[in-house]
Amino acid sequence: MRIQIKNGRLIDPRNGIDAVLDVYIAAGKVTAVGLAPDGFNANQVIDAAGLVVAPGLVDLSARLREPGFEYKATLESELQAAAAGGVTSLSCPPDTDPVLDEPGLVEMLKHRAKLLSLAHVYPLGALTRQLEGKQLTEMSELTEAGCVGFSHADMPLTDTLVLRRAMQYAATFGFTVWLRPEEAHLAKGGVAHDGEVAARLGLAGIPVSAETIAISTILALMQDTGARVHLCRLSTRVAVDMVRQAKKQGLLLTCDIATNHLHLTEHDIGYFDANCHLKPPLRSQRDRDALHAGLADGTIDAICSDHAPVDDDGKLAPFAESEVGSTGLELLLPLTLKWAQATATPLSAALARIGSIPAGLLGIDAGHLAVGATADVCIFDPEQYWKVERSVLKSQGKNTPFMGLELAGKVRWTLVAGQVVYQA
Amino acid sequence: MNNPQLTKDGKLKHLLSIEGLPKSILTEILDTAESFTGVSEREVKKVPLLRGKTVCNIFFENSTRTRTTFELAAKRLSADVVSLNVGTSSQSKGETILDTVDNLIAMHADMFVVRHSQSGAAHFIARHVGPHIHVINAGDGRHSHPTQGLLDVFTIRRYKPDMHNLRVAIVGDVLHSRVARSEIHALTTLGVPEVRVIAPKTLLPQDVERLGVQVYHDMSAGLKDVDVVMMLRLQNERMTGALLPSAQEYFKCYGLTQEKLALARPDAIVTHPGPMNRGVEIDSAVADGSQSVILPQVTYGIAVRMAVMSMLAGASE
Repeated sequence: MRIQIKNGRLIDPRNGIDAVLDVYIAAGKVTAVGLAPDGFNANQVIDAAGLVVAPGLVDLSARLREPGFEYKATLESELQAAAAGGVTSLSCPPDTDPVLDEPGLVEMLKHRAKLLSLAHVYPLGALTRQLEGKQLTEMSELTEAGCVGFSHADMPLTDTLVLRRAMQYAATFGFTVWLRPEEAHLAKGGVAHDGEVAARLGLAGIPVSAETIAISTILALMQDTGARVHLCRLSTRVAVDMVRQAKKQGLLLTCDIATNHLHLTEHDIGYFDANCHLKPPLRSQRDRDALHAGLADGTIDAICSDHAPVDDDGKLAPFAESEVGSTGLELLLPLTLKWAQATATPLSAALARIGSIPAGLLGIDAGHLAVGATADVCIFDPEQYWKVERSVLKSQGKNTPFMGLELAGKVRWTLVAGQVVYQA
Repeated sequence: MNNPQLTKDGKLKHLLSIEGLPKSILTEILDTAESFTGVSEREVKKVPLLRGKTVCNIFFENSTRTRTTFELAAKRLSADVVSLNVGTSSQSKGETILDTVDNLIAMHADMFVVRHSQSGAAHFIARHVGPHIHVINAGDGRHSHPTQGLLDVFTIRRYKPDMHNLRVAIVGDVLHSRVARSEIHALTTLGVPEVRVIAPKTLLPQDVERLGVQVYHDMSAGLKDVDVVMMLRLQNERMTGALLPSAQEYFKCYGLTQEKLALARPDAIVTHPGPMNRGVEIDSAVADGSQSVILPQVTYGIAVRMAVMSMLAGASE
């Protein structure tokens, strides 16, 4: 299969390209950029005039719900959502059922994803067995099976001795530990930011200190162990300050935030909108402003979708009893573009946050379109608006705070390894 | 954001919380309640305003007093009344809130009075029911208990008609109290210029001052020169965790005694939503004393609930 993508505005942040250039693809790889290779004879020509041609997006956190939670979503439905969202590589946390703590499970997941050929799936292995926070997993074996890092998902890891040993062990092999910073005791029972809205609505709060104490602990253990840590989904101003300082000190620390937190605050909960029941909770306006500042100065490395499809029944309950999460794969691009527009961030810099940078964090060869690269491509119309509706979303989860809103940024073609997996 | 409590032309459709209701509606409820106070004193304690209507009390959380006053209010309006203590029946069999509600809708209920342990449960049910059904929140988690807030301000207005010239102190567990939140919104909406909350920091929500109240931790300072003292109930289970060291220490610091009450204005009144923990948040001498309006509150509660029900029934016509 030989494909020519012509007349598009090629934006390849890693290679510093932002120009109208054609891309030539053969045998799943990029074979040329700009001028056609000698004798190139395309089977398919994609006319991308007026469209942006970018490396396929890389999402750092997408729950696919398989194995174990197929009533919420299936691998197939969510990888189709990825394709529709222009996401060609994604990392999934280990909190499936069974937990991704055994090489066989990881191999099975990789194999199933490969058969579907809709996106490259990079599992994060469980940091401890069953995510119980007691015994380490076989990190080396899990890595051989395809894990790109180790995470404790949203499960509490209260025993700091276990955390320290897990970080030591991971550091032995140079594996990255992925942690969402949340001190379990302070967060217990909480469902919203411990602030004005929680006070008004009578919702149990999660204080800012739940995040900052966890980060303090992690930073101290990083100093002890030399482990490389990626902090998942920061939400508070103080956390951004702490990471900024730690990076200045040279710690091997990176972090991301979720698209929801880029745009929403505690006030968006309104009259108990269960779609805003998220982890970490939506914080205050000041916190959101600090997240923007952290992205601007590079303290925050990447933006992720924090994709967590929930079935309708899961959200049909009073706020605190509703399930946590929102669908996100199909909103990663438009919500990132919305942020870029609001903050006058250049398109190339914005795409780097959901492409080349997260690829680097995962240690995978993706997020760029140099000659020889795997031909994962996202072709989108940055100006075209589309309405977020149940019928439009491919994800089995129809839960998002952005339901009913019109967003700019419509994916028109998605290619994975030189194959068209989505077209609209 | 649409206000889920009002119809398009601004009439009361559901009563879910005091917050979000305009002063005109609160005043209308209080004035209507005023006209109902006479009904309970008649020999035939009934008016036919809700004849042919079915009111369902669904209590996902147990209650005796509130359920009884709602029942009486509905009956005095000539409605047919069904009361369910779901807390002890189908919910424990795994039925969801909506299953329960759907079953009652199928029985052609016109009005739901709901209590639930989760904040937002009444909003959740109101979103689900059809346009001809009205929902009254009889308490949802820590969020709201609007008829209690209304009967409290109704009582205050009876004794202190000039709401624009009042100093009110709310004392106790504001953090877990739906009553406190309703009282705060009712008082501030009706134009009370100074609302204080008095509690230890463990029993106050973060950023509570954003609700328009002044925060006091010292009860003597907080009670000084107030016209109304509104006590809150302290649940026994608050004593077992790390919120408070003991009932004794709580009473010493925040219990209302005659001595402390003497710091308030001489004609100050004392309210309590009941049931009281005598010797924990309030001394018996105060509860039964001349400044207490705790029993009148219960009486007025029926009139206020009749007012709300009759206004809701009127909104559908």
